[in-house]
Amino acid sequence: MKLTLKIWRQKNRNEKGVFVKYPMNDVDPEMSMLECLDVLNESLILRGEVPVAFEHDCREGICGSCGFVINGVAHGPERGTTACQLSMRHFKDGDELTLEPWRAKAFPLVKDLVVNRRALDHIIEAGGYVSVSTGQAPEGNTLPVGKEIADQSMDAAACIGCGACVAACPNASAALFTGAKITHLGVLPQGEPERERRALSMVAQMNAEAFGNCTSIGECTGVCPKEIPLEVIANMNRDYVCASFKRREDLPTPVAPVLQHT
Amino acid sequence: MKLDARIPSGPIQEAWAKACFDMKLVNPANKRKHSVIVVGSGLAGGAAAASLGELGYNVKCFCFQDSPRRAHSIAAQGGINAAKNYPNDGESVFRLFYDTVKGGDFRAREANVYRLAQISGKIIDQCVAQGVPFAREYGGSLANRSFGGAQVSRTFYARGQTGQQLLLGAYQALERQVHAGSVTMIPRTEMLDLIVVDGQARGIVTRSLITGEFNVHIADAVILASGGYSNVYYLSTNAKGSNVTASWRAYKRGALFANPCFTQIHPTCIPVSGDYQSKLTLMSESLRNDGRIWVPKKKGDPRPPNEIPEEERDYYLERRYPSFGNLVPRDVASRNAKAMCDEGYGVGKSGLGVYLDFSESIARLGEKTVRERYGNLFDMYQRITDENPYKTPMRIYPAIHYTMGGLWVDYQLQSNIPGLFVLGEANFSDHGANRLGASALMQGLSDGYFIIPYTVGNYLASNKFAKVDESNPAVQEAVTAVKTKIDKLLSIKGNRTVDSFHRELGKIVWDYCGMARTAEGLEVAIQKIRALRDEYWQNVTVPGSGDDLNESLEKAGRVADFFELAELMCIDALDRNESCGGHFREEYQTPDGEAQRDDERYSYVAAWGYNGPDAPPELIKEPLTFEYVHPSQRSYK
Ligand SMILES: Cc1cc2nc3c(=O)[nH]c(=O)nc-3n(C[C@H](O)[C@H](O)[C@H](O)COP(=O)(O)OP(=O)(O)OC[C@H]3O[C@@H](n4cnc5c(N)ncnc54)[C@H](O)[C@@H]3O)c2cc1C
Ligand code: SF4
Ligand code: FES
Repeated sequence: MKLTLKIWRQKNRNEKGVFVKYPMNDVDPEMSMLECLDVLNESLILRGEVPVAFEHDCREGICGSCGFVINGVAHGPERGTTACQLSMRHFKDGDELTLEPWRAKAFPLVKDLVVNRRALDHIIEAGGYVSVSTGQAPEGNTLPVGKEIADQSMDAAACIGCGACVAACPNASAALFTGAKITHLGVLPQGEPERERRALSMVAQMNAEAFGNCTSIGECTGVCPKEIPLEVIANMNRDYVCASFKRREDLPTPVAPVLQHT
Repeated sequence: MKLDARIPSGPIQEAWAKACFDMKLVNPANKRKHSVIVVGSGLAGGAAAASLGELGYNVKCFCFQDSPRRAHSIAAQGGINAAKNYPNDGESVFRLFYDTVKGGDFRAREANVYRLAQISGKIIDQCVAQGVPFAREYGGSLANRSFGGAQVSRTFYARGQTGQQLLLGAYQALERQVHAGSVTMIPRTEMLDLIVVDGQARGIVTRSLITGEFNVHIADAVILASGGYSNVYYLSTNAKGSNVTASWRAYKRGALFANPCFTQIHPTCIPVSGDYQSKLTLMSESLRNDGRIWVPKKKGDPRPPNEIPEEERDYYLERRYPSFGNLVPRDVASRNAKAMCDEGYGVGKSGLGVYLDFSESIARLGEKTVRERYGNLFDMYQRITDENPYKTPMRIYPAIHYTMGGLWVDYQLQSNIPGLFVLGEANFSDHGANRLGASALMQGLSDGYFIIPYTVGNYLASNKFAKVDESNPAVQEAVTAVKTKIDKLLSIKGNRTVDSFHRELGKIVWDYCGMARTAEGLEVAIQKIRALRDEYWQNVTVPGSGDDLNESLEKAGRVADFFELAELMCIDALDRNESCGGHFREEYQTPDGEAQRDDERYSYVAAWGYNGPDAPPELIKEPLTFEYVHPSQRSYK
């Protein structure tokens, strides 16, 4: 089938970006979105042009590398699907697809469709873990974890850190991402001891990273390829509020936001 | 050169405890003064960097992705083995050890494998404590399943995303150390050379993938945990970025490369659908627990699978291997699928596929249970193929998946270059000629959490480290070599893209050094690889420049290394005149088509040393002895 790809091209953060249209004459409906870009790039290289930069690695929807906005929707029209798993059979002959990068202040542009998402790592760094060093663990079955709890934790832990939630949110909030980690660890007995500290420091870091506030719009969960439910944000808010009452004395110092490329 | 694997003497059960006791310790106050480089943030590298950071070493960790959480380990689906014997079904450390040595077709080192089995239980404990949401029974205890041919249920799992959850555990531990200031994480950076000064590994040369800047990082020890090299085949189940460059550059600095021809073909992947195909997708082998594999009894049967009656189906694995059935090891399952398709029984458009059918399990267990076990895999299959596996059988075909070969290491996971340690899939250590399912995650985490913290300490406490800085001639030479290579790739400006070369190279390796190999074919392959490599250096085109994000340039360097590796794989496969595990030489098979080992002549690790671009590599043999598991012809009948 024939398609037109209208792609955001921008050499780097300091230069201006523009949309450029690329007609594609021979798109196989079995291809993935990224394979379609591969084909385009091969032809650009042979024409002596610079190929479109986009991020990808696993191409199985699990590493969270890929992601851009397709016709206004982060990761494209198919629910619960990353850009790498989006099959071209969801489009019709003659369609025009507009591809642009995640746009959020906390995700500075690197090139074309690639942005810097290190801010998400900084949120985890602030407290998205259980403080247990290698060797300190008790026997695995010491603490029973009911199946329902394990499932609830796993549902939240499925987040792949792609950043689509931020890109889709009109406020560019990272609440779904942060809430997912707080829920994953917070519902487990292993995560319980640090639950309050974790909520305080992760939320503080999220605020320090130039992400916006959550105003419960819900676009995030709609585009999330892992369909992380909105209730994780409620969990986060509950933990945060409880903790800020109980632990007023130790308000956390966030790690400084790092916005240069790393 | 004679290889000393430094295996402790005495009974195998005591070996690791004895080795630990004999190791020198670094004074706690001095740990901070020692710097350690970790290349890779997958299960092996992430676990190592976190654990060494916790001990107080000064760690720098590198990965080429934008975040350490995206390392290829994230994609592992099925599970991780451990000798816990929770199901009370006869599992033990000895049994896991025995199965792994046998599964590896007697080409692994017994002492390493025994240690792996001993440590396996602690890995689960550690991961549980980190908050890894393993599958649970209603009563709250950890759930297990049988996996990939094991007759006991020793596999722990987190839905179909075990690798993701284990990696997030390691990543979180790593980020905790970043927060504590003991680990510096340097993502989007590629190691392009190893710095060896006075015989010791003392650092690496890196290139920033964002700015193109070259940097030198000096340390007291270098740990490579850079993953496997399946992408030499172009189409594989590995992430697109997975590559051999870190290991290969170390090889060219003198590290030995062991058993490069031992590669694993996974039996259950989604078949290729077109020329544009960029990678292959694995369907976890756990599916074989409840799915039955078959082909039509009639060659080229055009009917859709649901219209082929039961008696016209050939459940060929159940027929040929009545006791293991669909759960035979990977190499056996893959070879049989290939054989059925080669004989013309294959299904699908290309004829390169067999059915994996769940109708019976759905009837027996109900769709709900099947969905609970495999839901995300079924969804993934449907997303890719547009077919619903609850209604129609999956089509699967083998694909390259894992590489048992890798840099040679001794019992302490140190290569033959002092101070260079190699962990995870990048080393050759524990799986012999074939890896059992759910054992790679176990090995990566065992190496990273529980072995390297001891053995690196021992090395640091036993050696002196002269001051090295950027003016050192060895450092200068490495930097110049790296820059020259990048400049050369950018300057060729030929007529073919990097991917077109990579695809052609991959096809050669797959055809001649894939599921089945012959001496004649391997000779042909070596000639073809050399000719294509010569063309590469004349005719490749790399667009853009070296000073910003340029994926074509990254790939160009990696493919250049794959060319050289491909040749070494064929040389190794040609040298090994026997069949074992994933290495199937057609000349050496039993009358009923199974792999025929030659223990008399080939019971060794083939470690290859680099001799410069124009001389053939040198083969150094590490003989293997089996005191605990007596080599036998593997039989899964
Ligand atoms: C689809 C799939 C499913 C699998 N399922 C299972 C399973 O169920 N059970 C199981 O036991 N095993 C499984 N495996 C195998 C297992 O996942 C891998 O063997 C294992 O995760 C490898 O881990 P690693 O830490 O050695 O390397 P990787 O996870 O590959 O990490 C390599 C790291 O090195 C970095 N790196 C590489 N080169 C450089 C360089 N030059 N410079 C800087 N950084 C570099 C990368 O950025 C990355 O961080 C599966 C594999 C695949 C492909
Ligand atoms: S919550 Fe969903 S959209 Fe946001 S980072 Fe995680 S997986 Fe991506
Ligand atoms: S490339 Fe890994 S999620 Fe898309």
